[in-house]
Amino acid sequence: MLKRLWLIAAVLLPFGAAVAQEVPLQHVRTNINDIQSLQRGARDFMNYCSGCHSLRYLRYERMAKDLQIPLPLLKKNLMLTSKKPLDHILSAMPPADAVKWFGVAPPDLTLMARYMGKDYIYSFLKGFYADKSRLWGVNNLYKPNVAMPFVLATLQGVQKPVYKSVTDASGHTRMELVGVTPGTGGSMTPAQYDEFVTDITNFLNYTAEPIKAERRKLGVYVMLFLALFFVLTYLLKKEYWKDVH
Amino acid sequence: MSASSDSAGAGNSRGLIAWIDARFPMTKLWKEQVAEYYAPKNFNFWYFFGSLAMLVLVNQIITGIFLTMDYKPNAAEAFGSVQYIMNDVEWGWLIRYMHTTGASAFFIVVYLHMFRGLMYGSARKPRELIWIFGCLIFVLLMAEAFMGYVLPWGNMSFWGAQVITSLFGSLPVIGGSLLEWIRGDYVIADATLNRFFALHVAALPLALIFLVIAHLMALHEVGSNNPDGIEIKKLKGPDGHPLDGIPFHPYYTVKDMVGVAGFLLIFCAVIFFEPTFGGFFLERANFTPANPLLTPPDITPVWYFTPFYAMLRAVPSFAGTQVWGVLVMGSAIVILFFVPWLDRSPVKSIRYKGPIYKVMLTLFVLSFVTLGDVGMHPPAGIYPLLARVGTAVYFAFFLLMPWYTKIDRVKPVPERVTGHA
Repeated sequence: MLKRLWLIAAVLLPFGAAVAQEVPLQHVRTNINDIQSLQRGARDFMNYCSGCHSLRYLRYERMAKDLQIPLPLLKKNLMLTSKKPLDHILSAMPPADAVKWFGVAPPDLTLMARYMGKDYIYSFLKGFYADKSRLWGVNNLYKPNVAMPFVLATLQGVQKPVYKSVTDASGHTRMELVGVTPGTGGSMTPAQYDEFVTDITNFLNYTAEPIKAERRKLGVYVMLFLALFFVLTYLLKKEYWKDVH
Repeated sequence: MSASSDSAGAGNSRGLIAWIDARFPMTKLWKEQVAEYYAPKNFNFWYFFGSLAMLVLVNQIITGIFLTMDYKPNAAEAFGSVQYIMNDVEWGWLIRYMHTTGASAFFIVVYLHMFRGLMYGSARKPRELIWIFGCLIFVLLMAEAFMGYVLPWGNMSFWGAQVITSLFGSLPVIGGSLLEWIRGDYVIADATLNRFFALHVAALPLALIFLVIAHLMALHEVGSNNPDGIEIKKLKGPDGHPLDGIPFHPYYTVKDMVGVAGFLLIFCAVIFFEPTFGGFFLERANFTPANPLLTPPDITPVWYFTPFYAMLRAVPSFAGTQVWGVLVMGSAIVILFFVPWLDRSPVKSIRYKGPIYKVMLTLFVLSFVTLGDVGMHPPAGIYPLLARVGTAVYFAFFLLMPWYTKIDRVKPVPERVTGHA
C-alpha cells in the first residue's frame, strides 16, 4: 500500500510539478523585539482578521503582557469578541456557519508562522489578484483557489494577474501565471501596505511562539553560566588527574 | 564552633551509614560500582557518550513526568494541551523543549556511543552481553521515540503513525489482524493515542531503565574496554588492582562532568536559540493538528529514523508484496546484535586493525549518513539509486566482516595501554 503510494507519487511528481508551477515565496524580515510593530500587528489583526480567524492557543491577557498593552486599552480596543482578559482569542464566527459560507472553516492562525512559515503569511497577504471565475472574485498566487475573500482590498487595492504564454516540450502552448500588477484603488501605497503586512506577519510570528523573545534573552545567561561551569569542571578534572601517569 | 558541629555531623552520618550498611549493602555497592570500579586510564573523547546517554535518559524521565502532568492523551485535546504547556504552564516551554531536544540528543549520543563500540571492538568477548543489552536498549529507544512523536497529535504525528504501523500490516498472514491489534482501531485514532501514551510513559521507560541497569551490571562485571582494546585485568599491581586502571570515582566522575558541561553547552544552545533545529528536531508539518483528510506533501520520519526509512524504501515490491522492504529494515537492526561474532580480527581496536577495516568502517559511516539524507527526500531522481547503494554498503560492512577482518593485516598490540587523556 505504502509502496504503491510512493510509486504513484513518483510517477505523478514530474507531471504535477509541470502543471502547478510554484511561485517562490517573498521573503519578509520581522523583528520579534519590535514591540511597536507587534502592537500595530495586533491592532490590525483584531480589526481585519479576528472576525473569522482565531488565535485559540493564546489568551488576551498574555498577549497584552508580552506586547506591553495596558489592560484598559486592551479591553477597549482589542477585545472585540470577548469580555474577560483570560479568554482565548476566538473569532466570532461559528465554524459550522463558516463551512456553509466559505466551504471551509477559516484556519486558526496561532501557529501558522511555525506551520507554513512567516514568508508564507507575508506572501499570501500580498498574493491576492482579481479572478472572475472565483466565488469572491479573487484568487491567490501562493494558495491557488483560496476560499478566503480579499478583506484587505480596501487597503491594497486589486492586483491584476500577469500571464505569459509558454510552449512545453510536446508543443502545447498555454498561459502561465507569472505574477501580478500592483494593486489599484486601495487607500495605501505599496510601501504602506508592505509595512502593514509585515506588522501582521511579525505579530503572527509572535503568537506562534510567545516565549521566543524571552527564551533568547534567557539563553544568553544560560550560555554564560555553562561556559563558566565548563571551565571550572575542566580545571577540577586537571587537578584530580595530576597524579595519573 | 563550625569545626565541632562538622565533626559531630560526620559522626552522625557515619553512624547512619553503618546502620544502613548492616541492613542494605550501600557502601558495598558504592565501592563495587563506583569508588573501586577500576576503569582503564586511557579513555578518550569517545568515552563520554555512555555517561551522556545516562544524563539524557534522566532528563527525558524527569521532563517527561512533568509533561504528563499537563498533557491530555486524548485525540480531541492532545494538540491543544501541548500548546497549553507551551503558553500557560510555568516554564512549560522549557520542559517541553528539553524533552523534544532530549529525544534527538538521545539518538546523537547513542549513535556516537555505538560507533565507539565498532571502532574499539567493545562488543568482542567477553563483552557480548553488554553489546546485546545495548542493542536491545536501541530497539526500545526507537519504539519509545516513535510513540512519543505521536503524542502531540500534530499532522505529522498522525501520518507518521499511519505509515509506520502500516509496516506491520505488510507481514504475510498475520499482518491485517496485527495491524488492528496495534492500532486498537481500523485507523490511527483515539485508541491508538491512548495506548501509545501508556507504552511511552510507563511500559517502555520501565523496560529501558531495567536494560540500562543490566547493561551497566554486565559492564562492571567484566570491566570496560578501552581505545587500545587491551584487557587491563591481565596485569595487576601488588594491591590487586589493574596497573592501567584508575578508580572510576573520582577520576572519571570529574572527567565526565567536563563532558556533561560541554554537552549542556550545545544542548542548551539548541533549546534556547533554535529548538526546532531548522525543522529537524520539530517538524513544521507537526505544528498543525492531526487531520486524516490532509496528507502532508512528504511524510518523512524524524531525522534519527531516516537511515532505516531509506532502507525500507530502497527495496522494490516483489512477488506482489512490499514486505521485503520491511524485512530489510528489520534486518538492518537485527544484524547489529551479531557484531560480537561477525568480527574475527585477532585484535579489537581500530588502532591495531588493518586498512580494510578502516576503509569499511568509513564506508559504513558514509552509507549511514547518506541513507539518513535520502530518507528525508521523496524517492525521485538520484535518491532511489543512492538508497540502494547505501543499503548495500550498510549490509556489506556487517555481512563481509567475518571475511575481511580475518584477512586484514593487523599491527602488534602493546602490553600496556598507550597514554591517557
